[in-house]
Amino acid sequence: MLSIKNLQANIGDKQILKGLNLEVKAGEVHAIMGPNGSGKSTLASVLAGREDYEVTGGEVLFYGKDLLELSPEERAREGIFLAFQYPIEIPGVSTTNFLKTAVNEVRKARGQEPLDAVQFLTRMKEKMKLVEINQALLSRSLNEGFSGGEKKRNEIFQMAMLEPKLAILDETDSGLDIDALRIVAEGVNKLRTKDNATVVVTHYQRLLDYIIPDFVHVLYQGRIVKSGPKELALELEEKGYDWIKDEVSA
Amino acid sequence: MSKDTQILENITQSEYKYGFETKIEADEAPKGLSEDIIRFISEKKKEPQWMLDWRLKAYRHWLTLKEPRWPNVTYPEINYQDVIYYSAPKQKIKPNSLDEIDPELRATFEKLGISLDEQKRLTGVAVDAVIDSVSIATTFKKKLGELGIIFCSMSEAVENHPELVKKYIGSVVPASDNYFAALNSAVFSDGSFCYIPKGVRCPMELSTYFRINAANTGQFERTLIVADEGSYVSYLEGCTAPMRDENQLHAAVVEIIAHEKAEVKYSTVQNWYPGSKEGKGGIYNFVTKRGICLGDYSKISWTQVETGSAITWKYPSVILKGDYSVGEFYSVAVTNNYQQADTGTKMIHIGKNTKSRIVSKGISAGKSQNSYRGLVRVLRRAENARNFSQCDSLLMGDRCGAHTFPYIEVDNPTAQVEHEATTSKIGEDQIFYCNQRGIDTETAVALIVNGYAKEVLNQLPMEFAVEAQKLLAISLEGSVG
Repeated sequence: MLSIKNLQANIGDKQILKGLNLEVKAGEVHAIMGPNGSGKSTLASVLAGREDYEVTGGEVLFYGKDLLELSPEERAREGIFLAFQYPIEIPGVSTTNFLKTAVNEVRKARGQEPLDAVQFLTRMKEKMKLVEINQALLSRSLNEGFSGGEKKRNEIFQMAMLEPKLAILDETDSGLDIDALRIVAEGVNKLRTKDNATVVVTHYQRLLDYIIPDFVHVLYQGRIVKSGPKELALELEEKGYDWIKDEVSA
Repeated sequence: MSKDTQILENITQSEYKYGFETKIEADEAPKGLSEDIIRFISEKKKEPQWMLDWRLKAYRHWLTLKEPRWPNVTYPEINYQDVIYYSAPKQKIKPNSLDEIDPELRATFEKLGISLDEQKRLTGVAVDAVIDSVSIATTFKKKLGELGIIFCSMSEAVENHPELVKKYIGSVVPASDNYFAALNSAVFSDGSFCYIPKGVRCPMELSTYFRINAANTGQFERTLIVADEGSYVSYLEGCTAPMRDENQLHAAVVEIIAHEKAEVKYSTVQNWYPGSKEGKGGIYNFVTKRGICLGDYSKISWTQVETGSAITWKYPSVILKGDYSVGEFYSVAVTNNYQQADTGTKMIHIGKNTKSRIVSKGISAGKSQNSYRGLVRVLRRAENARNFSQCDSLLMGDRCGAHTFPYIEVDNPTAQVEHEATTSKIGEDQIFYCNQRGIDTETAVALIVNGYAKEVLNQLPMEFAVEAQKLLAISLEGSVG
């Protein structure tokens, strides 16, 4: 599904990603871990097409298409979803209204008929149950005055509504207490199918207690320096990142 | 050039949709302004002597006045002798029914999305259609007549209801009020008149649609709305003009009188031709709108969505004379390219326990200048007066300007006056967030702007609200920041 080869990216003059390789297949869950400043969020942003980052080398293919050639909205319409670390507030626009626009824009781009109000609400009700989110929150202005937990749950709800092929969760666990973390993780698990894939970007292991990855990758200094099964996450939790750093510099 | 500015340039490229011109023969006055021209207009309209005298008095006063230069707008001097003050589409006969209206005129309004055909109207909206200087049709007259509601053109009102016109005209905006009001009083050609009798709740929206068609012509309409005790009316006003390279003058007056326990809701979607992207042409919109809450417990509410005109100078105001009366002003003003707007309101608290509310949302894009100017005045005997003002500005790009000039004058210590103001930019973060969900930048801007203006748009009657939302999106196409 996703194939990243030798990806290099800058912010300003500073190189953040220095030749990153990653292969993701349908049905898989990948965890990207690493110390602060290793380039985790940069990777998420570059994949989503944020323009603050300049790609200076390498390639990213998504189902064979050159992802880097596409605008952010085209990538979204191809099925890439980014759950934001810091979801953005849009005053005066309800989540419902926002999502109705998003869902129908995506459908339009795919040559499908827009959903009418009834169809949309039916779908919404179904997904609301899945991620345990209530109607009142969805009628409020998008993310405005939401708690940290509400914002993250709302991200997962949007993901449920948009049914992406590849979901990238950027530090979705940050700012969540344990109950919120569990609800969010359960939502993600329920959305897993054999046809979609998830990339979980996280600093801590604890989210991976709930979202069990098939692969764990350690990102350090802009490269993936170690990959392994889910046990690697536990090892990192126990020993920290220093031994990885030592391995790299050795 | 920053990325922002570039996107902004790309998006603001939408064309004015109503810029067509209708080829109809017009009956025009010669260019220029003099007592003779005023006599000519008055005669054309077969007015009684008192009306002519009133006009001449206004004209003589106008001659002593100077054009106001305090608004935060700049434009070359206007040559008032180079304007045609009266132009009427030639209709072969005076239409007695809607079927007799010149098909060309009818087509013009159809093209603007305004059906003069009563059967075809889905919702109950009665329309008075004014083209250049005269009203060409008023729909639903009979139905309204059964309730005692008078809804007709100003000319007809002068002819058929002189006692009402005589009593109320100039009672809220005197001919001597200001430069443009004086000019209007001298040369006003038509407009709408509306009277709601005691205790009647007008069952449909009343609407006037103004269209400037002829070249070099000024439009000077005058609207008078009288709501008698305990009555209610919701009134809509729309306006468009053809695209022309020269500037055209529009100096209108609207007066509203609300008696005891009466309520008037006045909504405007102003979409005069704003001029080209390079700032050529466009309407000079110098308008005086004022209402008086004459009786206790009366209420006047102004809602305006201003997207058109090269220059807007307009302050819909409420004089809160009756005790417990309420005044409201909700405004969205959009300026793009080289447009300039200086708009706001005045709330004059005279009665006890009067309340006013001001919600102003300015949106500036391109190289435009957008000013809010508002006065809240609490007079000495206005015990317990309350005002709340919220003035927000949204900037798109880095070459436009937003300005706020709030004036507060309070002479009663029991008054409570609150003023809040914010300035924001559409964030790149917001746009990216929308993009990431599959929404393109143009749609994202429309979504964000409509969210920003929601509090005001919610005040509009349903049918108008949808139109206004679309209009906002069109006016800002291409102006992302």
